Amino acid sequence: MKSAPFDYHRPSTVDEALALKDELGGDARILAGGQSLMPLMHFRLATPAHLIDVNQLDDLDYVRRSNGYLAIGARTRLQFVLTSAEAASAAPLLVEAIGWVGHVQIRHRGTVVGSVAHADPSAEIPTVVLALGGSMVARSTTGEREIMADDFFKGPFSTALADDEILTEVRVPVWPDGTGSAWLEFSRIYHGFPVVGVGAVVRLHDGVVDRAAIGMCGMAYNAITAPVDALLGREPTPEVIAEAAEAAVAGLDPPGDIHGSGPYRVRVGRACTLRALTAAVAAAGGK
Amino acid sequence: MNLKITVNGTTYERDLDPRLALVDFLRDDLGLAGTHIGCEQGVCGACTVLVDGTSVLSCLMLAIQAEGSEVSTVESLASGSELHPLQEAFWEKQGLQCGFCTPGMLMRAMEILDHNPRPTADEVREAIAGNLCRCTGYQFIIESILDAADRMMDDPVEGALRQGLKVGTI
Repeated sequence: MKSAPFDYHRPSTVDEALALKDELGGDARILAGGQSLMPLMHFRLATPAHLIDVNQLDDLDYVRRSNGYLAIGARTRLQFVLTSAEAASAAPLLVEAIGWVGHVQIRHRGTVVGSVAHADPSAEIPTVVLALGGSMVARSTTGEREIMADDFFKGPFSTALADDEILTEVRVPVWPDGTGSAWLEFSRIYHGFPVVGVGAVVRLHDGVVDRAAIGMCGMAYNAITAPVDALLGREPTPEVIAEAAEAAVAGLDPPGDIHGSGPYRVRVGRACTLRALTAAVAAAGGK
Repeated sequence: MNLKITVNGTTYERDLDPRLALVDFLRDDLGLAGTHIGCEQGVCGACTVLVDGTSVLSCLMLAIQAEGSEVSTVESLASGSELHPLQEAFWEKQGLQCGFCTPGMLMRAMEILDHNPRPTADEVREAIAGNLCRCTGYQFIIESILDAADRMMDDPVEGALRQGLKVGTI
């Protein structure tokens, strides 16, 4: 056996799960898809004393569009979101990025919410949720709170969740008509973790960009958003897009590793941003 | 902790340590050593089995999470010494060399052909992206799966089974 011993809990209701998390606090980890947590436990990089398995909580298995956002529950598998027509129309960038997460066996078990809670700095989903201006719903026995993505991701593998809280839902705002988006990533191995990943969202109004966002992973110690001032109020010509791509990586000093040095990542990041913005503009109906 | 599980049509009840991975349960407790352990971190796909008709990595799932589930492993394919058409195709098209990835490839191929009985070579290539092979260069594996599609369409029993076979929705 690879994992260190732990006590296993299988609550059958959300309230039961919340009561367990309240009682066990930081000693307990939530087990959803387990596609990130289980490897960590096999390596004993994570040795939780308790696992609270939320896979029985059917109430948390949903993709729902309401009040201008797409809500995804904590038990909803990646593959379900990937093939959901509702998700594709409400949050095409998220769906496109999910297509790059792991491979199909991973997506059959893994969850959107689990990826957000795990907060891997090189993962696609936290980057996309950050870029789109998403928010997280954290529940505890005392109630629930909504945490904006900007405040949620505190650092690599670190979030604003308190010890007694469970992340039950991720919300992604639906951008208005005229929005186009694209996810682009570069990895050493097909469907491996990206060296650099870029998500771009552009909204065109009368041929001019009136709203845009760029999210990046692999360009800092955590997923980041890049400035889009170079795009706003302008017609997204190739020159403007090139300027925006340059501005997106200006001043960044990504940490290097065996897959790419810092300066290399800047070059890849610039190229990915250029291509992602070009594709997003095309998807928004620009040229 | 108690586990009730159906593997390849046989129901088992066991008392298990919760930390036992599904793949270790299949191999060590049930003696079904056809499912291979490669990376133990969800990268190689060698441990792919079908849980309720859906391909999962049995190294990243606890055995007790399969409570009440029906699991199919590579041992479910052949009947006695008679190979499944998919296995025949791998044999004839040389879809394996060392054979380590083969159990995972076969179970993933079963799912691919259940969803899409007439896949293109590109569709197969994409669909086995989660299964690493270090010998064949994949080309013969893809040809094997395409050949299996032909064989399984021609095989009346297999064809009928697959017409009515319900695969998990996820």
